[in-house]
Amino acid sequence: MLGRTASGLFWMARLLERAENTSRLVEAGFRMALTRSQPGEEEWRSVLVTAGCCDAYLERHDTIEGEKVADFALRDRSNPSSVMSALHAARESARMTRTALTREMWEAINDFWMAVRDVLKRPPSEADLPEILTLIRQQGAQVRGATTGTMLRNDIYNFVMLGIMFERADNTARILDTKYYVLLPSSASVGSSLDNVQWEMILRSASAERSFHWLNGGNITPRAIADFLIFDTRMPRSLAYCYDTITYQLDWLSRQYCQRLETHDLAASLEASLTATTIESVFENGLHEFLTDFLVRNASLSSQIEKDFRFAE
Amino acid sequence: MAEGEELFDEMHGFGEGVRAPYASYGCWFDKTTPSALLKKSRDAQTFFRRTGITFNVYGDAEADERLIPFDLVPRIIGASEWALLVRGIEQRVKAINAFLYDIYHRQEIVRAGRLPERLIRENDAFLPKMIGFDPPGGIYTHIVGIDLVRTGPNEFFVLEDNARTPSGVSYMLENRETMLKMFPELFAQMSVQRVSGYPMALRRSLERSAPQQASGRPTVAILTPGIHNSAYFEHAFLADQMGVELVEGHDLRVVSGRVAMRTTQGYEPIDVLYRRVDDDFLDPLNFRSESMLGVAGIFDVYRAGGITIANAPGTGIADDKAIYSYMPDIVEFYTGQAPLLKNVPTWRCAEADSLSYVLEHLDELVVKEVHGSGGYGMLVGPAASKKEIAAFRKKLETRPSNYIAQPTLALSTVPVLTKAGLSPRHVDLRPFVLVSSDGVEVTPGGLTRVAMKKGSLVVNSSQGGGTKDTWVLKEG
Repeated sequence: MLGRTASGLFWMARLLERAENTSRLVEAGFRMALTRSQPGEEEWRSVLVTAGCCDAYLERHDTIEGEKVADFALRDRSNPSSVMSALHAARESARMTRTALTREMWEAINDFWMAVRDVLKRPPSEADLPEILTLIRQQGAQVRGATTGTMLRNDIYNFVMLGIMFERADNTARILDTKYYVLLPSSASVGSSLDNVQWEMILRSASAERSFHWLNGGNITPRAIADFLIFDTRMPRSLAYCYDTITYQLDWLSRQYCQRLETHDLAASLEASLTATTIESVFENGLHEFLTDFLVRNASLSSQIEKDFRFAE
Repeated sequence: MAEGEELFDEMHGFGEGVRAPYASYGCWFDKTTPSALLKKSRDAQTFFRRTGITFNVYGDAEADERLIPFDLVPRIIGASEWALLVRGIEQRVKAINAFLYDIYHRQEIVRAGRLPERLIRENDAFLPKMIGFDPPGGIYTHIVGIDLVRTGPNEFFVLEDNARTPSGVSYMLENRETMLKMFPELFAQMSVQRVSGYPMALRRSLERSAPQQASGRPTVAILTPGIHNSAYFEHAFLADQMGVELVEGHDLRVVSGRVAMRTTQGYEPIDVLYRRVDDDFLDPLNFRSESMLGVAGIFDVYRAGGITIANAPGTGIADDKAIYSYMPDIVEFYTGQAPLLKNVPTWRCAEADSLSYVLEHLDELVVKEVHGSGGYGMLVGPAASKKEIAAFRKKLETRPSNYIAQPTLALSTVPVLTKAGLSPRHVDLRPFVLVSSDGVEVTPGGLTRVAMKKGSLVVNSSQGGGTKDTWVLKEG
């Protein structure tokens, strides 16, 4: 496979995942804003911070308001991580690697882009938002279905899965890090209504509120939430799950290519440190420090992959 | 064409009823309701949009991807009509290859006084670096598209020879796929020859052209300028259908005397490169130095026999419009036979007598730039206003040698589906030809381009032309 094709597949998958993650953040913010009596400026701010575009937003807008944030996060092309920007770039990558994609997959991605482009022709009103967000979720699911249902399990698939998992791990870690202070035991007002809202926001941003409640019953503690999103391999957006998949895909590549590269050692050490760590030690040593360290290592592994598999000259 | 002159319609002839190749189709059509067909037509558009069969228009950034209008009435060619065309095409393509070999070697045709030397010497498409070089298998044009027009039952004319990088074959294939999906019952009733073997035939023919030193199955790749090229869809489509890599210039470099592509596991040498990049941009070391689309040093590897480039650099000289007017002589010179396919009569404005004739008859003629393509920069006399003709006259007088002129032929029509039922539209035809050491292979079908506007003669997709599926019937 061409290095450029591997790069195109990896980034296509990352950007598709990013588009969905951003829309999920908006959905969570929207939901929070609805269920609160006072204007939810804080929720919308954390949406922007988690999506990594708060500064860019404030350059363009003076106040943080739901509709403006939704517009910026969904359709503003000057924001490189807006859903529209991410989808556009993902589709360009898909076009570039079209020979590596099944027809079903290409069509699902093209449909995704066309459908979202049509509903986001104009700034979305609050009334349209639920329908738009549902559409994004559905179209994303179609791409996933086409990916798992039609692609050969070969290096093409490996690079797609790697892209998804790097982006997802990055996203989950950032959701937690944006709100890490709410999860600290020292924020003493556990059980107050404010905190319930904050936790719910975290879980919703990761599409995890139903599964968390199902697994944990009524036990909503900061520790349980962090444990769930970091260490629970049953949860498909947890860091542990992402790294399970990343090492699995990398092992597969190493067998197929008959070579073990620096990437493999880095990934193994990152996964080992996830397995060896417990939620107790994370809280002891600092949740924020743990997440910052994870984000850095996740990013440098991603760069190592680009290097080892010759994404560019 | 003269006012009131009767036009040949490929379905209805000169008005004498449905012609034989269309007989079954005509019966089927009479039993079909127009509204059902119009709905199918919309389905086809949706299908093309979803599949991404679009083309990019240069200088049109936001509306970057357009659909080529597709008309679902097939253009049908009978077996005997086709056999006639194939013989003519084979003869012409063989002559083109012999001509290219000759002008890059002894230039016998010039010595014999059949072609003015300046037409070669002063031609931008002539590549002096190809002089004396023998391309692998002696083949210059592996892939050719011959543009034909028709004026009567057996009256075909060659409008243009595309010997550089003819495009449109993906439309031939996708149009057929679409028709098969929409009208399976028609294909069950009529024996239409398959076109779907083209990609594998192309791959086989490219593999046959590999340099001698290739061991094992040759590695073939397609070189594209990238996703912003107007024909990118076709490049990706062909690579996919052939099962070969689609590479860009920056994927390639010369590694130990071979052109190699950067893969996830290192550099892998390529034996045959089907390039969809123009000569000028192929090699920044040998041609235009600012090119980002090519591979530095590929031409040296080529000359050393390390890779086959298809089509060979320098083939553009054969499809130049000034050379075109000499094609009947060229065919005769190299095959020793009279040309089976006619040329459209052509006035070379570089010649004084011709120029004065053309200037006097601008309102009847089509005037084209010698190096132009895509229907740009041309004058269609009968359709032009007085003002347009006057403006064009000035351009022509300033640089006469830049132009040729041809009469407007009474181009045949084929019906298209409109809201008001069937209506005739002018068409041309581009059959696709493969050349290898095994000989010349013409795919039974081709790209039919159709002027969607009533009475219009411009079929170019860049100017609103559409396409149709082309059916070649089996014998009997």
